[in-house]
Order: sequence, then structure tokens, then C-alpha cells
Amino acid sequence: MTEDLPGRVEQLSDLNRRFEQVVPHNRALGLRLLALDDARATFLLPYDLRLVGNPETGVLHGGAISAAMDAACGTAVFQALPRPMIIATLDLRIDYHKPATPGRDVTFRCHCYKVTRSVAFVRGVAYHDDEADPIASGTGSFMLGTRARARAPGTEP
Amino acid sequence: MSDAPSSPRPIDLIALITAARRSGEISKLVEAVPYASFLGISVVRIDGELLGHLRFGDHLIGNPLLPALHGGVIGALLESTAIFQLMWETEAIVLPKTITLTVDYLRSGRPVDTFARGILTRQGRRVANVRVEAWQEDRSRPIAVASAHFLIETPETPEDR
Repeated sequence: MTEDLPGRVEQLSDLNRRFEQVVPHNRALGLRLLALDDARATFLLPYDLRLVGNPETGVLHGGAISAAMDAACGTAVFQALPRPMIIATLDLRIDYHKPATPGRDVTFRCHCYKVTRSVAFVRGVAYHDDEADPIASGTGSFMLGTRARARAPGTEP
Repeated sequence: MSDAPSSPRPIDLIALITAARRSGEISKLVEAVPYASFLGISVVRIDGELLGHLRFGDHLIGNPLLPALHGGVIGALLESTAIFQLMWETEAIVLPKTITLTVDYLRSGRPVDTFARGILTRQGRRVANVRVEAWQEDRSRPIAVASAHFLIETPETPEDR
């Protein structure tokens, strides 16, 4: 995060484009990458009526929050790895603290605080304005270096 | 979503819940949840069991190389199925609020339909615990399991502590 700011911005938007293209569900959610740092990732989930869980109030569905948290945590893991490798979510726990305010975007900020040979550990928080007043927080672990065998359609893994 | 209305359509959820319970048709309730339609989640009853059904769609992919379902999508199916099971089994008069959801991912989700079944493990006056399991072709090979706590509102249940 030092030198060459324009280069960094270019790199970021390139990553963002790739991220959106490569992961169809992130594109479907409308997730936008806001910032990448060492072992950290920040995303924005724009409010979208399709993601509403309670049609009476317009509050976002918990599933949309956890899907975005999963994506943001995975990206934080990538930022923490010494070299690119395939990762897979092992587990993810989401604590819901308060409903997201209808009509408002949600920011996700995740930090991969520990990487071992096989597993990475991540924490994340979802909020509107203030990280100290969270909507939800997440804790996850990811397996590192999982096999990426492409599967032919209809075959058993 | 340029043609989408700027605010959600007002819906009388309690009336919807009551009607669903009376008619035995929970699908009406599920259809009222925009996020369930967005993902392709519906509820089916097979052999007396209430199952969450996630119809496969390309927008659910998280890893296009394998390809595999997005972990968050599987989590959403598990959470939704738990909520449907709760609404079905309890006298809940409002949508249950998720307190915590813990998902263990056991296998990668293949690009096919996924099913889930929730078991109400404990219902208290304010909190309910639900366990959920998701599978694809083979029920004995679950792709993910979850445990969740929900805040619920039910009519008075005096025997509860």
C-alpha cells in the first residue's frame, strides 16, 4: 500500500473485473470489491429488492448476508496466502446482531488473521456506517490447496 | 433492476402465514420471499417431509473451474429450510430471526439440484434450535450441515421456562 497509487488502483479494478467475471454468484449478488489490503478484503453489497428476506419490511435475507460474508472472507484468505492456491470453505459461522436497514447498502470487511500449512482462519464484519455497530459478524476456516479437478458433467467427484 | 419498485410491496405476512398453515400449502409463503425466488428455492413435501429444494442455475456458481456451487448459496438454502421448518412446526406469528448460523461444508456442491431437510431440535419460548442437512443425488452423502438458533415469537407457551 505504498508507491504507485494509480498502478494499484488499476490492479484493483482489474481484480474487481476478474472477480465479478469469474464468480457468477458474486455477480448475481451485485457484490463490489472496495479495497484489498494485506490479508484483508472489503466489499459492498448494494441493497437489492431481489435479496429481501422479509417482504413485509424489506429487510435483506440472512442468506444474502452470509453469501456475501463467505465471498469476502474467501477473498481475505487469498490476500493472506504466500502464493495463489485453491481454497474451500470448511465452515462459516454467522452471528446476526441486528437487521440491515431496508434500502441501505452493506459493507463487509474481512481479515484473515492466521494461515497454517493447511487451514486459514478468518473473521469478518458486516455494517452500514460503523464497524463498531455491526449487522452481522462471521468466523470461518478455509482449507488450503484443495484439489481442483475439473469434473465432467454427470460424473461422481 | 431498473424496473423494480423503489420500495417493497407491502405484504401482510401474518395473514400469509396463517393461510399457509390452514391450507397446508407453504409454497405460497415461500413465493412471497424475494430472496428465495432469486436463488430458485422452493419447498416440496415428499413422504410427509418438508424439504427445501434449490433448483440449479448458472448464477449459483461460486467456482466455475470445478464447477461448484457458491458456499453462500448452500448456506442460504440451509438457513431458508430451517426457517420454513420452524414456521411449519411452530406457532410462529412472525418470521423467525436468525441469531447464529454455523455451516460445515463437507463436499463441494455440484451444478445440480440440491435438497435440504431441517429438524427442530429444541423449541423454547423465545429461542429455537434447528439442524439442517443438504444433499444432492445421494442423501447419505450430505454436502453441508448446519446448526442454527432463531429468535421466535409464539403465542404464550406457559409450560416453557
